[in-house]
Amino acid sequence: MTLGLFYFFAFIAIAGALGMLLNTKNTVAGALSLVVTMCALGAIYVQLDAYFVGALQVMVYAGAILVLFLFVVMLLNLRHDAFGVAGRLKPALATLGAIALGAGFLSLLPGAFGPAEALPVGFGGYRAVGAELFTDYVLAFEVTSLLLLSAMIGAVILAKRKID
Amino acid sequence: MIPITHSIALSGILFLLGALGALTRRNLIAILMSIELMLNAVNLALVAFSQHWGDQAGQMFVLMVIVVAAAEVAVGLGIVISLFRNRESMNVDDASLLKW
Repeated sequence: MTLGLFYFFAFIAIAGALGMLLNTKNTVAGALSLVVTMCALGAIYVQLDAYFVGALQVMVYAGAILVLFLFVVMLLNLRHDAFGVAGRLKPALATLGAIALGAGFLSLLPGAFGPAEALPVGFGGYRAVGAELFTDYVLAFEVTSLLLLSAMIGAVILAKRKID
Repeated sequence: MIPITHSIALSGILFLLGALGALTRRNLIAILMSIELMLNAVNLALVAFSQHWGDQAGQMFVLMVIVVAAAEVAVGLGIVISLFRNRESMNVDDASLLKW
């Protein structure tokens, strides 16, 4: 049952990614199919005992980041002059390389990892994640605020009307 | 419980799709979205390993990656907007200011 659910969401995630990759005509539709991928990944995180991360995935990725993409796409008034892919030969070669790489990667997987460890109670819940975030990782958490501040200032300056 | 090989296989497939998009697409926004897809594939691998070894450090890394991705998108889309104002184009081949 859980494995079937995992396959279901994995299929949706891959289909959304393919939709983003192959849709060269309409950037809005590409961004929306990426939203589908993000939501499916959020469901998979919940199945992998990362409840808090799953909720954040849906809120931050599907809710904020992709909305920012949609915002910019609609702000710039892009028309159908979508430049598809670079020529014909390069995408074909890249696809072949990716398939070869993926096949090699998948063939290495079986038996690569040992048996799973038992999970402590409350693993991945907001309580356990918060306790760890504000004790062991509190420095990283604080540095994050600096990163967000500088990104905010940088984005405002970059998107100004004139660059002096 | 989901076997870790399944999650890592899905993560690898998504990463390859994202890399393929970043290498072959010519639309700046599509390239940024492909980079987001690659970041998500890495997040999935981190979450899967975190569950496999019963260590929450992987989930901490995922939180940091999400923050970095949000900052990256804000700055990246700012660059896209200012590029579009100067060049009237979304094609990466027109963004050759730093090329010599």
